[in-house]
Amino acid sequence: MALFKPKALECQLQNVKGFEKPKVKLEQYVTSPHIAAHMLHTIQSTFDDLEGKFVADLGCGCGVLTIGAALLGAAQCVAFDIDPDALEMFTLNVNEFDICNIDTVLCDVRFIPVSWKKTFDTVIMNPPFGTKHQQGIDLQFLHVALNLAGKSVYSLHKTSTRKYVMQKAESWGAKPKVLAELRYDLPATYKFHRKHSVDIDVDLIRFNLE
Amino acid sequence: MVFRCAVHNMKLLTHNMLTSKCMKGVTVGYPLGIVAKDIKVSETEFNSEFVSRIIPKLDWNALWKAADSIGHSGDLPQQLMEDYENNEEFLKKVHHVLLEVEIINGELVCPESGRKFPISQGIPNMLLNEDEL
Ligand SMILES: C[S@@+](CC[C@H](N)C(=O)[O-])C[C@H]1O[C@@H](n2cnc3c(N)ncnc32)[C@H](O)[C@@H]1O
Repeated sequence: MALFKPKALECQLQNVKGFEKPKVKLEQYVTSPHIAAHMLHTIQSTFDDLEGKFVADLGCGCGVLTIGAALLGAAQCVAFDIDPDALEMFTLNVNEFDICNIDTVLCDVRFIPVSWKKTFDTVIMNPPFGTKHQQGIDLQFLHVALNLAGKSVYSLHKTSTRKYVMQKAESWGAKPKVLAELRYDLPATYKFHRKHSVDIDVDLIRFNLE
Repeated sequence: MVFRCAVHNMKLLTHNMLTSKCMKGVTVGYPLGIVAKDIKVSETEFNSEFVSRIIPKLDWNALWKAADSIGHSGDLPQQLMEDYENNEEFLKKVHHVLLEVEIINGELVCPESGRKFPISQGIPNMLLNEDEL
């Protein structure tokens, strides 16, 4: 399969619609097509972790990461989210593409049973960073992801928490490596900020499990 | 020809992983029973390497029973055969049951508590109420 160039992938992903009424409590904002395309392109071109692989997307939202993974040749994808409205949009989005190999499950990612150990090859996610209401949810997602994946996990984390995230990951048996530092344009609602949006520093981290 | 999937639905591959184990009072919660109201059988691209890689991760017995319970086990053997990696015919059967038989609407049923988890528009709803945790 010919690998989409980042630009072409980004173009495709611009057709993925975002949340209709984002729920602040669930930290619903999309990964921009630009970031998603670069992230997924790196995952495939540098690590060969998408094509032919069994891929999970935790907190899939409207699906930009899952759809991108499928476009880059993932064999099967399973996408999880807690919000039925997000999954409805997800379904509409998937139907715009020529993709059949995606399943969705409506569930709380934190309660995916441990018995699913190493079910997937690769887990991709843009997890909630954790707000006042759900502190630590980013690491809860990471813990579940590291259990689900056989080969690697790719996730976005606030740069300010890097040290802690890396330490935790190592204690859970993974080898973390920061692949990129990104500037993330977070809608102001998530920062209780007066500006329309704020930039925060985010790391794309690969957690190696092999 | 462009083949468009109208919707994506719950495949038996996904069913093979789901449990209700996290519910209060449930110890295994596996495999979940299936009550299928609408089933769709589609045709998807066969990838023998993927199928043979996924087989060791499956609970074969649960897969066979699930397929059988909805009338789609076809001639899939009840016992997993040895040396299946090079048996293309067998892998195709597994591909069909795992990835081409899809549930659109119905229910998943916890074998211990009887709790029903609705499947609607192809999406199983595994959310639990607070008092079930
Ligand atoms: C930052 S958004 C990312 C959305 C999407 N993956 C993307 O990249 O555009 C986080 C997603 O996690 C979901 N979420 C929040 N808490 C969750 C939980 N406990 N279990 C499952 N999903 C959850 C939200 O509904 C939201 O869709």
